[in-house]
Amino acid sequence: MKNPLLKFTDQGIYCEPAKVFLDPWKPVDKAIITHGHADHSRWGHQKYITHHNNVPIVKHRLGAVNISGRDWGKSFTINGVKFSLHPAGHIVGSSQIRVEHKGEVWVFTGDYKIEDDGLATPFEPIRCNTFITECTFGLPAFQWRPQQEVVSDINQWWVNNKANGHTSVLFGYSLGKAQRLLKHLDPSIGKIYTHGAVENMTEVLRPIVDLPSTELITKDTKKEDLLGNMVIAPPSSHGSTWIRKMVPYVTGSASGWMAFRGARRRRAIDKGFVLSDHCDWDGLLQAIKSTGAEKIICTHGYTEIFSKYLREIGYDARTENTQYEGELAEIDIEKEKKETE
Amino acid sequence: MKQFAELIRTLDGTNKTNLKVKALSNYFTEAPNQDKVWSIAILSHRRPPRPVNTTLLRTWAAELANIPLWLFEESYHIVGDLAETIALIVPADGQSTGKSLTQFLEEMIWLKKQTDGDKKEYLLKNWRNLDYYGRFVFTKLITGGFRIGVSQKLMTRALSKATGIDEDILAYKLMGNWDPKTISFQQLVLEENQRDYLSKPYPFYLAYAVENDVSHLGPVSEWSMEHKWDGIRAQVIIRNNELFVWSRGEELVTDKYPEYQSLVGIIPNGTVLDGEILPYPNGQIGTFNDLQTRIGRKNISKSLLEKTPVILKVYDLLEWKGKDIRGLTYLERRQLLEKLYDTVSNTTPLFLSQRIQCTSWDEVANERDTSREKKSEGLMLKRNDSPYQVGRKKGDWWKWKVDPLTIDAVLTYAMRGHGRRSNLFTDYTFALWNQDQDGNRELVTFAKAYSGLTDAEFRQVDAWIKKNTLERFGPVRSVTPFHVFEIAFEGIAPSKRHKSGVATRFPRILRWRKDKKIEEANTLSDLKKLIV
Repeated sequence: MKNPLLKFTDQGIYCEPAKVFLDPWKPVDKAIITHGHADHSRWGHQKYITHHNNVPIVKHRLGAVNISGRDWGKSFTINGVKFSLHPAGHIVGSSQIRVEHKGEVWVFTGDYKIEDDGLATPFEPIRCNTFITECTFGLPAFQWRPQQEVVSDINQWWVNNKANGHTSVLFGYSLGKAQRLLKHLDPSIGKIYTHGAVENMTEVLRPIVDLPSTELITKDTKKEDLLGNMVIAPPSSHGSTWIRKMVPYVTGSASGWMAFRGARRRRAIDKGFVLSDHCDWDGLLQAIKSTGAEKIICTHGYTEIFSKYLREIGYDARTENTQYEGELAEIDIEKEKKETE
Repeated sequence: MKQFAELIRTLDGTNKTNLKVKALSNYFTEAPNQDKVWSIAILSHRRPPRPVNTTLLRTWAAELANIPLWLFEESYHIVGDLAETIALIVPADGQSTGKSLTQFLEEMIWLKKQTDGDKKEYLLKNWRNLDYYGRFVFTKLITGGFRIGVSQKLMTRALSKATGIDEDILAYKLMGNWDPKTISFQQLVLEENQRDYLSKPYPFYLAYAVENDVSHLGPVSEWSMEHKWDGIRAQVIIRNNELFVWSRGEELVTDKYPEYQSLVGIIPNGTVLDGEILPYPNGQIGTFNDLQTRIGRKNISKSLLEKTPVILKVYDLLEWKGKDIRGLTYLERRQLLEKLYDTVSNTTPLFLSQRIQCTSWDEVANERDTSREKKSEGLMLKRNDSPYQVGRKKGDWWKWKVDPLTIDAVLTYAMRGHGRRSNLFTDYTFALWNQDQDGNRELVTFAKAYSGLTDAEFRQVDAWIKKNTLERFGPVRSVTPFHVFEIAFEGIAPSKRHKSGVATRFPRILRWRKDKKIEEANTLSDLKKLIV
């Protein structure tokens, strides 16, 4: 392929004919952004284009930037190249980017999942020739149970903790996972408290999605008030002095990584809930199949293993190095720590 | 089985010791008696022999999951536990089975003798029928090594809570050789002392490392010192003209050390000795490396016995004339031991660990400085009036090891860890510089280490490794030589089995030398200079 429609450069994924970057990791003139997580929407671009629902998220995280919002499925042309955004189902406002030029169609997923989580607009498969996919959980060891089962486990855990006189502290990223948890927690069990990072991000999303009421934990929050209730906090708060206010508490974490017993034990968390905003193994394969693409590019996660398997089952699959942080999800915690500080 | 799998699920859902003990003691109250016996057996690492080898397990699991074997293997390297990988990967229809834990274990004993075809059918059926935790437990029972964050101590505490029997008494009851196939819960746990105690060892008393300045331990006159020998801690039992040798891992190793048979007839019946198995090549104490040639050998050949004989450095007497004397003071026990030792001729493999008394802590420190030349790891400090306790207890016995040897080495290979370090590169290989005949400097592997860094440091190194991988060899990655670490180790000896020609004892990472460039790492000849 001499002149691919999308190229992987030092700055990010580049569409040469349009002179525009997709989720670039270095500052550029014009960037189309899939979603609001830090490794996809970075600081320093001259112009940001993203879905409407992602606009307040990017503004909250990056401050006053030159940004414009688009609708699902409405195409726009830049230098003769046709672009459109389609739901990725990852978090609120997350898109896949469809790029069409001279009869060839590429789709870049950013991050995505195919299960409808009741919060993000559900993933929509887009027919294309080349599909650029993440594979954060691209191993057959990752197989998610339906969301309904997992959230009912979480609510049951809360009920049990309350009965034992413990406060439940549940960790999830402040953008995405925290709101997904909020959406599905049963407020009839008790009150839901939040860490500052979670509360701020939730405030940003309230105009877009319907979420139960929460109470921010402040200096004035009393220990007795928290007892038996639920606290939603970012993973970085685990082991901090902030959490001491919750004593006696038990901890839980909601993440795809919780599928591994070792991952949970390493973080010294009591209870792991396997709940991810990425596709599991079957989800990835199903998504790829539904695009009808013959060429697959794996960007982050278990790329080597996943693309090798895709080649075995007949796809023209390869990997590209990016700075998206699938396999390095541990680092996300460090990053979030910086953000919450 | 459902009950046991549920127990494992509950234990998995908490990090709090109290909640674990509560879950276990509930189980020990409610489960059928024979399941209790099997649970105790499993949690104290007494499982039936592995009925199916892991190669077959992997092949069949991959087949059932409809994935190529290489993909299964890759997943296993990342998950870090075979039973967990299988539990995660194979599809299940989730209908649980009503079979008890005991039934499953009896089936596994039966399974060992079946054909591969029958084994396969049995495994596939059960993998399909069990839910995640059932499948995990089932497969763990097959692969063995049931380590799930429950120590034997924790289990004993829970059993004590459930039965009202004292923890130390339970620890004693659960030691030694008993067969979960034939023993009942009544016989194992509840019954008063009616069993055959012929081969039964006592729980070992273990020491903690000295926490601060030894002078905090009070007047030196209240203490005795012994050298801390670097072999295998063992109890030697002579009862009814029979000899039993137990290692600290509660393994009966009598057959591996035929030298000790000569003690029968010399040492009176009703005697239990606590001591250290030490290699004694050429009439002097050897290195742990010498002992390695004896460990794990099924057949002890005559030539091996001649080349690397063992002795027993004996330091305590636990039973004398058929009476448990652990309640006597250390000095009283030592007096009996020394009197016994005087009656034994010097042709036996029995050696007395000298009891040293000092008049000042400085004198103790001086004695400690002689450890390396005496081939010991440092000193044991024992309170003169201390009884022989059960397990690791603080206060009466302390170990005061010599400072380790250290060297600066370069990180060259990395592998993912297991257990709580699964999916994280934490197992490292280190190299030192060596000059070849043409004068070229190259890095030569000398040791592997996987402890000593903080979790945060491990995360940093892990992220660096993922970005700086040169080549992959299955689970192992070679990395750009860039980072220097200070490696500590307890001992060093020449070795033909190692490429570097040197074997180090218990290497671990002391610190990350971010201030050093790889050119500043030590050389192999620096390392060899440390050999005494």
